Amino acid sequence: MLAFIIRRLVQSVVVMLVVSLIAFVMFRFIGDPVDQMVGLETTVQERELLRQQLGLNDPLPVQFWHFVSKAAQGDLGVSYQFKRPVADLIGSRLPATLELSFVSALFALLMGIPMGVYTALNRESVLSKLFLTISLIGISLPTFLIGILLIFVFSVYLQWLPSFGRGKVVDLGWWSTGFLTVSGLKALILPSITLGLFQMTLIMRLVRSEMMEVLRTDFIKFARARGLTNRAVNFGHALKNTMIPVITITGLQMGAIIAFAIITETVFQWPGMGLLFLQAVQNVDIPIMAAYLLLIALLFVIINLIVDLLYVMVDPRIRIEGAEA
Amino acid sequence: MTMDSERLKPPGLWARVFDSDIWYSFTRSKVIMAAAIVTLLIFLGALFAPLIAPHDPFDMASLYLMDSLTPPMWEAGGNPVYPLGTDDQGRDILSAILYGSRISLAVGFASVAFAAILGISLGLLAGYMGGRVDSIIMRIADVQLTFPSILIALLIDGSVRSIFGGIDREQSAFYVLVFSIGLSFWVQYARTVRSSTLVEKDKEYVQAARLIGLHPLRIMASHVLPNVMGPVLVIATINLALAIITEATLSFLGVGIPSTQPSLGTLIRIGNDFLFSGEWWIAAFPGAALAILVLAVNLLGDWLRDALNPRLR
Repeated sequence: MLAFIIRRLVQSVVVMLVVSLIAFVMFRFIGDPVDQMVGLETTVQERELLRQQLGLNDPLPVQFWHFVSKAAQGDLGVSYQFKRPVADLIGSRLPATLELSFVSALFALLMGIPMGVYTALNRESVLSKLFLTISLIGISLPTFLIGILLIFVFSVYLQWLPSFGRGKVVDLGWWSTGFLTVSGLKALILPSITLGLFQMTLIMRLVRSEMMEVLRTDFIKFARARGLTNRAVNFGHALKNTMIPVITITGLQMGAIIAFAIITETVFQWPGMGLLFLQAVQNVDIPIMAAYLLLIALLFVIINLIVDLLYVMVDPRIRIEGAEA
Repeated sequence: MTMDSERLKPPGLWARVFDSDIWYSFTRSKVIMAAAIVTLLIFLGALFAPLIAPHDPFDMASLYLMDSLTPPMWEAGGNPVYPLGTDDQGRDILSAILYGSRISLAVGFASVAFAAILGISLGLLAGYMGGRVDSIIMRIADVQLTFPSILIALLIDGSVRSIFGGIDREQSAFYVLVFSIGLSFWVQYARTVRSSTLVEKDKEYVQAARLIGLHPLRIMASHVLPNVMGPVLVIATINLALAIITEATLSFLGVGIPSTQPSLGTLIRIGNDFLFSGEWWIAAFPGAALAILVLAVNLLGDWLRDALNPRLR
């Protein structure tokens, strides 16, 4: 068990190092940092002095080491467009994105699992066919098109829900939340459906196929032969055994949700990290791009690690293999 | 006697196509046939856009600002000259869609081709050479696979545009897009080709080729490659829909094709600004065109995967 955790930790560190190397290369070689910081009338001597101060004349491995150690302490450089530290900018945008992603994932799970169970148990019913058709559309339609469609129906035509922004937010120290006001909660509905719809269809299809597979196995037949109720067989035995792949996919999709938030945040003008990143791409603000890459990589690595550990806890067979290796 | 000689005659190409399992499974499903017809119609419409489009949306001289924001012909104030209405610059929406799907499909095909060539070459190299080459290529693939392709495409797009900042946007946008989308999709090809290559390289025909002293590159290109291409075609079909979506998304986000030569995604972005003032048709028709195209290609890809997979039969 311990060996397994240590091996996974080492792998995570290697991935983080590779990603920070990419971020460093972007940071250092795409656009001269000095050019971005000084005005037109700066002399060559002043530029050279700045270069020296910034450590740009050091050997590259030394520069990379400085970059990594500064990033580890939360110093991610200064944004070219806003002239503010990148860490502050991202910190102020982080709550919006995390709240949106959390609600979307919740929506995907709470809708996707029951729909998957229903379609697996009632394969021929009209409602199942409807769910499957919706899921095909959900997979085929690009996220931004779903967002526009929802805005058109619920904001422009019916005028029920707001189409942009977070509504009224409440500041809790450094965290600003939209969960505590009515307008904040209303503003969450459309963006989280937009963001969660793809994940919902994915989870639904996964639960459906896993469930159908498990229902064919011998231990389900045996459970039925023992005279257990349908309810106990379907939920106590079958659903429980479909949960392992669902945990994996949901975990991995959490990262995808945060990345796809870029699109949703643009459609709904949601003031989160994704919108910040997109503005950075449009204006070639390399420090923000590099920092966002590092942050996303860190989130992915942490999520993967948690998923792997959950695995070990849920499935005893993996624990034995891990101990032997 | 005559029956025997007829039976011995090898069947022609069309006879073989109509006799195949794939053709049989094709004719069995009405949905697939509909998807194939829709895809074919959109491809033809895009290919012959200059011939069938009622207007040339890029010819500035033919645009009348007086006709801008005309609704579709069946709405009040519509004009039969513009069947689906016009946008804010007086461009005919129908023509813009035909020309736009031309650009969307071009980017889609080019980036799938780029990703496939890159992925196949790296996969062949990794599988055939093994050792350090293999582990370097596959580690890069692993790291890249943990990130969603849209994020990678955005990062590459931003970096490339900053490196070649001086070059004209309109000229370079197409190539930047193909490069970023292609580079974010290569992993799947590389992994598939690598695993088939690992199986093929120990077979007798490869050993024989090695024995007569052929160059490894020659063996990879003309002996191993033809035998690992099967799954690649299926991935390419499914990827085409994904590449079209990615192009539309990047263009919608404003980092793709510029609005002077709009693709479907660019048209939707333009239309999105007019959604609240009631001009719904500017975004709705390009959006519907994109959705139908992607859905049809997706259905075909899914069907092809199932039809070519012997385990599912």
